[in-house]
Amino acid sequence: MEEKLYTITVFSEHSVGILNQVSIIFTRRGLNIETLSVSPSALSGIHKFTITLFCSREMVEKVVKQIDRRVDILKAYYNTDEELVHQEIALYKVATDKLIALGGIEELIRRYHIRILELNESSVVFQKAGHYNETQELFEELKEQVGVLQFIRSGRVAITKSKVERLSDMLAAIEAKRKPDTD
Amino acid sequence: MKLTGSEALIQALKQEGVDTIFGYPGGAIMPVFDALYDHSRDIKHILMRHEQGATHAAQGYARVSGKVGVCFVTSGPGATNTITGIGDALMDSTPMVVITGQVGAALLGSDAFQEIDVVGITQPITKWAYQIRRAEDVAWAVARAFYIARSGRPGPVVLDFTKNAQIETTEFHYQACNFIRSYNPFPELQSEQVEKAVRLIDRAERPFALVGQGVVLSGAEEALRNFLEKADIPAAATLLGLSAMPSDFPLNRGFLGMHGNVAPNLKTNECDLLIAIGMRFDDRVTGDLNSYARQARIIHIDIDPSEINKNVKVHAPIWADAREALEALTQGIRPAKHSEWIASFEPHDRKEFEKVIEKEIHPEEGPITMGEVVRLVSEATEHDAVLVNDVGQNQMISARYFRFKRTRSIVTSGGLGTMGFGLPAAIGAKTGAPERRVCLFCGDGGFQMTLQELGTIMQEGTGLKMIILNNQFLGMVRQWQELFFDERYSFTHMQNPDFVAIAKAYGIEGCEVSLREELPQAIDRMLADDKPYLLVVNVEQKGMVLPMVPAGSCVTNILF
Repeated sequence: MEEKLYTITVFSEHSVGILNQVSIIFTRRGLNIETLSVSPSALSGIHKFTITLFCSREMVEKVVKQIDRRVDILKAYYNTDEELVHQEIALYKVATDKLIALGGIEELIRRYHIRILELNESSVVFQKAGHYNETQELFEELKEQVGVLQFIRSGRVAITKSKVERLSDMLAAIEAKRKPDTD
Repeated sequence: MKLTGSEALIQALKQEGVDTIFGYPGGAIMPVFDALYDHSRDIKHILMRHEQGATHAAQGYARVSGKVGVCFVTSGPGATNTITGIGDALMDSTPMVVITGQVGAALLGSDAFQEIDVVGITQPITKWAYQIRRAEDVAWAVARAFYIARSGRPGPVVLDFTKNAQIETTEFHYQACNFIRSYNPFPELQSEQVEKAVRLIDRAERPFALVGQGVVLSGAEEALRNFLEKADIPAAATLLGLSAMPSDFPLNRGFLGMHGNVAPNLKTNECDLLIAIGMRFDDRVTGDLNSYARQARIIHIDIDPSEINKNVKVHAPIWADAREALEALTQGIRPAKHSEWIASFEPHDRKEFEKVIEKEIHPEEGPITMGEVVRLVSEATEHDAVLVNDVGQNQMISARYFRFKRTRSIVTSGGLGTMGFGLPAAIGAKTGAPERRVCLFCGDGGFQMTLQELGTIMQEGTGLKMIILNNQFLGMVRQWQELFFDERYSFTHMQNPDFVAIAKAYGIEGCEVSLREELPQAIDRMLADDKPYLLVVNVEQKGMVLPMVPAGSCVTNILF
């Protein structure tokens, strides 16, 4: 079975212990999470998880269903890269003196669309947003040319190309099923 | 009026109709037990002898009654002792609410005395685990817990109740829960799924139905019967589905799986349509998945969407309550007759009877066999008792040879296969169905895992009939050693105590039988009244449960 990178999106209630409930489903099946990003969604009180992993389609289908059936999970689904606009962000700290000694800094900044977030006599902090291979490429280049003092990359965030985020529609449909209060 | 959190808990349980609790007190749950003391007229608390026993008793109670089983235990070891029962309840879809005491909220995370991360430990084995840290959350959490435990595919819920929340006061307003926006236990039957299944059934020449516990959980016994009769479809049951159809129902062709009947296993790989109803294609049923029912179209009815396509790829899934689905299918399908197909089961039944069953249940010489004990007890109770069993040979033999007249008549640890389940589960079963005869079949090994519950039986006078099939071995492991490990009986022989003397020490009558001619009389004596009784039967030491589909093997590869 062919393994590829899948992106799982999970909408959950914002209550204690959800991350554990999600992560144990990966643990059980011996799956490594590649990236993970959690943040409040567009709707208040609902959190959104974006998780990437390498696995087969059969596996991601089972994992998503097992996440989806948890009581505190509103919705879980998966996509492949072609169906998504996705992005990661990376920060790089390099030594100021080495960067100056290197020269050609303008060309580097233009080529990689780097933003400079912090600059002082000892170090410079670059920011670059992009796909994994793009942020990785800059990392490799900086490492080779000047050395990287610190490096951090975020988990993936992603939006589907085909449809608008329909969580609000889904919530409205769910709420319509609510039975009248019994008392 | 303000109530303490503990009092609010008791009131909330009453609102949910709880009248029986299985528990064990300890430091961090004392305020709850103190509140319970004032309600002993409305709520019966059964003091078990170990928290594991409390969970199994709650399971036995839930399985026979259809109600939610409830446990009270303390924090730390009290809570960790419930893990096996909670895991068992999840695997076997048993509705249960376990309320664990917890240290005060101010002490959480500090490694306080008897503190343990109950929510963290139980999240993988519960439908929902929640920590109540404030008295004002009690009513909300209890309402939600019961709704989650009993709706959809039932399962266990843990409420971890901090001591401060038990003591603090709150206004109490109870409102039953019937809606959680992130939880959909009642999938709407989709007509296109039903129509597709109807087409497959109408076209099928050799249809075969697999009946699981989902039929019982959704109250679909009658709907199942109507469905099978209308299209003349033979059916067989999983272990947990065994009493969903009466044993003498003509379309009931027996028991599926590793130690099931020959014909249903063979016919799985001969049918042209497999209709799985409220079952989950467990590996003990399917054997090797790559050679399982490859020739057949498959319909799978399940209320849990994560079960669909989990183990077996299906052509026509129906994500729905089993009763609703069966009623809709029955309405849609054409009446049919499959006499020739059904008759094709019979030669296999005859062969199994001649090669295995006859000598197991009607032996004429040699030591007593497990099967004849089961047959005699089933006959003596007119096939109308509740069968509770433990795990291993006693479980498979009693599942094979006990006969059932009504639903909710088998209590067994199917998914988790918990040795030690039987005795406490039988206490729960007798408590949940006091008007019924409850017979426990247990091995000598499993009985010793939870035999402290004889104390509970003594104190409660629980009128259980306990039968130990004593072969001085961990029989199922021994059987595998004989078949697959060159008869190397590594640590499976057991030196056993005088079980009758142990029972006597607890004030429970009993007797031990080794001779065939004494057996019927001993069974009559056991069943003569409604008091607890222990019958120890010394059976053939190297008895085997056959037929057998070896683990991971094709369902048609059957050892006789």
